[in-house]
Amino acid sequence: MNAPGIVAPLLEMRDIVKDFPGVRALNEVSFDLRPGEIHALVGENGAGKSTLMNILGGVYPHGSYGGTMYVSGEPRRFTGVRDAESAGIAVVHQELSLVRELSIAENIFLGREPHRFGIIDNEALYSRAQAVLDELQLKLEPHVPVGHLGIGQQHLVEIAKALSREARILVMDEPTAALTDPEAASLFRILEKLRARGAGVVYISHKLDEVFRLADRVTVIRDGRTVETRDTSAFDKATVIARMVGRDLTDLFPTAVRHPDDVVFEARHVTVEDPNVPGKLLVRDVSFSVRRGEVLGIAGLVGAGRSDLLMAIFGAHPGSSSGEFHLDGRAITIHSPADAIARGIGLVTEDRKRFGLLLDQIIRDNITLAQLHMAGRFLTDVDAETAASEKASKEMRVKAASVFVNAGTLSGGNQQKVVLAKWLLTNPKVLFLDEPTRGIDVGAKQEIYLLINRLAEKGLAIVLVSSELPEVLALADRILVLHEGRLTGELEHAEATAEAVMAYATGQRHAAMEALH
Amino acid sequence: MAAESFTPEPAATKRRFTADSLRAYTMLFALGLIWLYFQWMTVSDIYPYGLFLHPLNLANLLKQMSVTGVLAVGMLLVIVARQIDLSVGSVVGLAGGVAAMSQGYGLFASLAAAILIGLLIGAIQGALTAYANIPAFIVTLGGLLTWRGVILYLSKGETIPVRHPVFRSLGVALVAPVAGYALAGIAIAAIAWLTIGRHAARRRHGLSLSGAPAVALRIVGPALLIALFVYWMNLQGGVPVPVIVLLTVAVAGAFLTSSTTFGRYLYAIGSNPDAARLSGIDARKYILAAFCILGPLVGLAALLHTGRVGSASPDAGGLMELDAIAACVIGGTSLMGGRGKVSGAMLGALIMASLDNGMSLISVENATQYIIKGVVLVAAVGFDMAGRRRG
Repeated sequence: MNAPGIVAPLLEMRDIVKDFPGVRALNEVSFDLRPGEIHALVGENGAGKSTLMNILGGVYPHGSYGGTMYVSGEPRRFTGVRDAESAGIAVVHQELSLVRELSIAENIFLGREPHRFGIIDNEALYSRAQAVLDELQLKLEPHVPVGHLGIGQQHLVEIAKALSREARILVMDEPTAALTDPEAASLFRILEKLRARGAGVVYISHKLDEVFRLADRVTVIRDGRTVETRDTSAFDKATVIARMVGRDLTDLFPTAVRHPDDVVFEARHVTVEDPNVPGKLLVRDVSFSVRRGEVLGIAGLVGAGRSDLLMAIFGAHPGSSSGEFHLDGRAITIHSPADAIARGIGLVTEDRKRFGLLLDQIIRDNITLAQLHMAGRFLTDVDAETAASEKASKEMRVKAASVFVNAGTLSGGNQQKVVLAKWLLTNPKVLFLDEPTRGIDVGAKQEIYLLINRLAEKGLAIVLVSSELPEVLALADRILVLHEGRLTGELEHAEATAEAVMAYATGQRHAAMEALH
Repeated sequence: MAAESFTPEPAATKRRFTADSLRAYTMLFALGLIWLYFQWMTVSDIYPYGLFLHPLNLANLLKQMSVTGVLAVGMLLVIVARQIDLSVGSVVGLAGGVAAMSQGYGLFASLAAAILIGLLIGAIQGALTAYANIPAFIVTLGGLLTWRGVILYLSKGETIPVRHPVFRSLGVALVAPVAGYALAGIAIAAIAWLTIGRHAARRRHGLSLSGAPAVALRIVGPALLIALFVYWMNLQGGVPVPVIVLLTVAVAGAFLTSSTTFGRYLYAIGSNPDAARLSGIDARKYILAAFCILGPLVGLAALLHTGRVGSASPDAGGLMELDAIAACVIGGTSLMGGRGKVSGAMLGALIMASLDNGMSLISVENATQYIIKGVVLVAAVGFDMAGRRRG
């Protein structure tokens, strides 16, 4: 299978089997990690990557799975997360495990604070945290509460927390999903440094560019089985994708010819204030319009105010905001999401678990929620709802046993389809999509791209915010670029290149004035 | 292309359903065990088959349960929306006391006073919670003290007897056997009509249909239960009025939670307030509404309780909030919101009432009763959590 053991593997997981009620999540998966190696683990969502790493990290203790696990050649049976940690394994999950109220330093050393007789030694805590941050070249102040940081910085703190344990085996699950390019670049430097020191890194990512840039080897798993492990140099992206999905994905971005019609929605002079920092503006005087049948992309770095812009228009931003809105040429006011929905605006939020879904309610109730409210009746007609939601989830190709299954049990891609189904049921004129493909697998991504094209063809106006530049470049008819809350550029589909967008997004170029006039 | 190669999502997903029904059956089984135990323990020369389920005692048990049950229906709405009300026991005392004090203004005024006081307090506490952003726990903990203080002040610490016979009958009277059968007939007809109507609606929407035997069973099963229940109660003179009141409230509550948009929004708000808001739902409005429904139900429970006891003492209703919350929780309601059913809360109330009544029958000491109820509450929830983790 692999090159014969020149070096003993740091980690070997052999024939791992894990069952959940009614489903075998892992079926004889084998995986190994050598010292001084970055080993990428790729696969569609639901393929079993996270389950495998949860076994490694002790989340699923010994006895709850089959197969054996060797760390540095010795068989290990972890009873819990602590046990795995003390064996030198650190896992950085996709979901943050930080306490917002505590400072960066307190978070980094949470659970293993330096102490004397049970009293926390704050001097040691902060100086050690500073050392960790310095080593990672992170310009963060250890006293700052984590809640004050942006989401990308929070991820960096999470990574610092894992690294501070001096783990020999580091698992990173989609670490760059919320990072800006410079942040990601500094993460890559850190990982390369760790590799040079002889640590092993398991790198889980949907972003194949990163995988090919970083990894020494790549293992593909699909449907709970190991498909293939190869040296990265012996792989190419097309092959990896084909192995992941079990089919050839010829063009990830479907092409569509669109003929945008009249302007449907127009926003003028939108300004949003930061609710936590009075006087600080998240969005400054942004104006744009979107046409029937048009996909308007909004690009920008994390923190550029893209989500704030959409949330403010939707009447859902916690900070105070101002601006004028026109729908079909008429001025409208929006004070709450209910107003926005009533006017025909839908918003698929960035964080679907927090803002999009009722995780412990069934799919049907999730899909019909906004429509139900719009219809404004007192009595529900559950049979009509069941029929409508079954139809919608079939159209969206939601993979679930039935619409009576809790939304929380679905994979990311399927959850996103449920959220989309919810908004389409309200018959919107304008649909805001905020990072609609974040954290979902390639197959589901392509389905969402196809859906965006189909909806635009039908005459829906779509505003698409995405941090994945290729996505915006391929799908959008027009791209607006935000930088620090300001509109710095506007590009037509034909003239939009990654370089041009990045020039505006990083503030190197300002074209807002010319573009508007 | 993407379209062909879809495999159905593994059926990991049916889990919650089976876990929920498993839970319901377990609770029914536990109730069965409790009943069998007390039945066996109350066998005597006079009652060779046991006293516990004898019509006389069962009627008594259900009268006790009706107060907790009515409170639990209202409490369920509030808990499902991720709120809590700790003040209901004190409000039972206040509303019952005021009702007893205002008997001089006539029966109607006296009964209306209790309901209105409940509504007013519900509105105040709901508004403070929903619009002033004070946590419900704090608002109603304050209420627990405040309203108890108000009734102690108003009554000057004295117990007021219930003089009006109709007021009294609310808590104890029996429905004439013939009327009992008539009500049973109406209920059975309603069940048959709704079941068949539902079947037709499912056909109209092109949903999967169950066969005729299953539909028939869904009518005949409850019909037999209702008939048997009325027969059993008629053996001791008739179905108690408070039981009819409770059943009416429970059916209304079940309808509200399962068949109205209001009910659906409560689950949505309890499940994820942010997502509910972004779907256009004004959570504050519905939280206030939930408190405004709980309030009058507390007033109603106060009337049932005062009527049954025959007098309003200023410390009446103490700890009733905990009984109501316990009934909801034993019945599978999550204090984190978004989960819970009226039927479950009723089962929970029945389990609590059975324990209370049975332990009194077999002369378990008061101290021991408290301990057993406390242990049962924690055990029921612990069992539930363990089941969910396994699931």
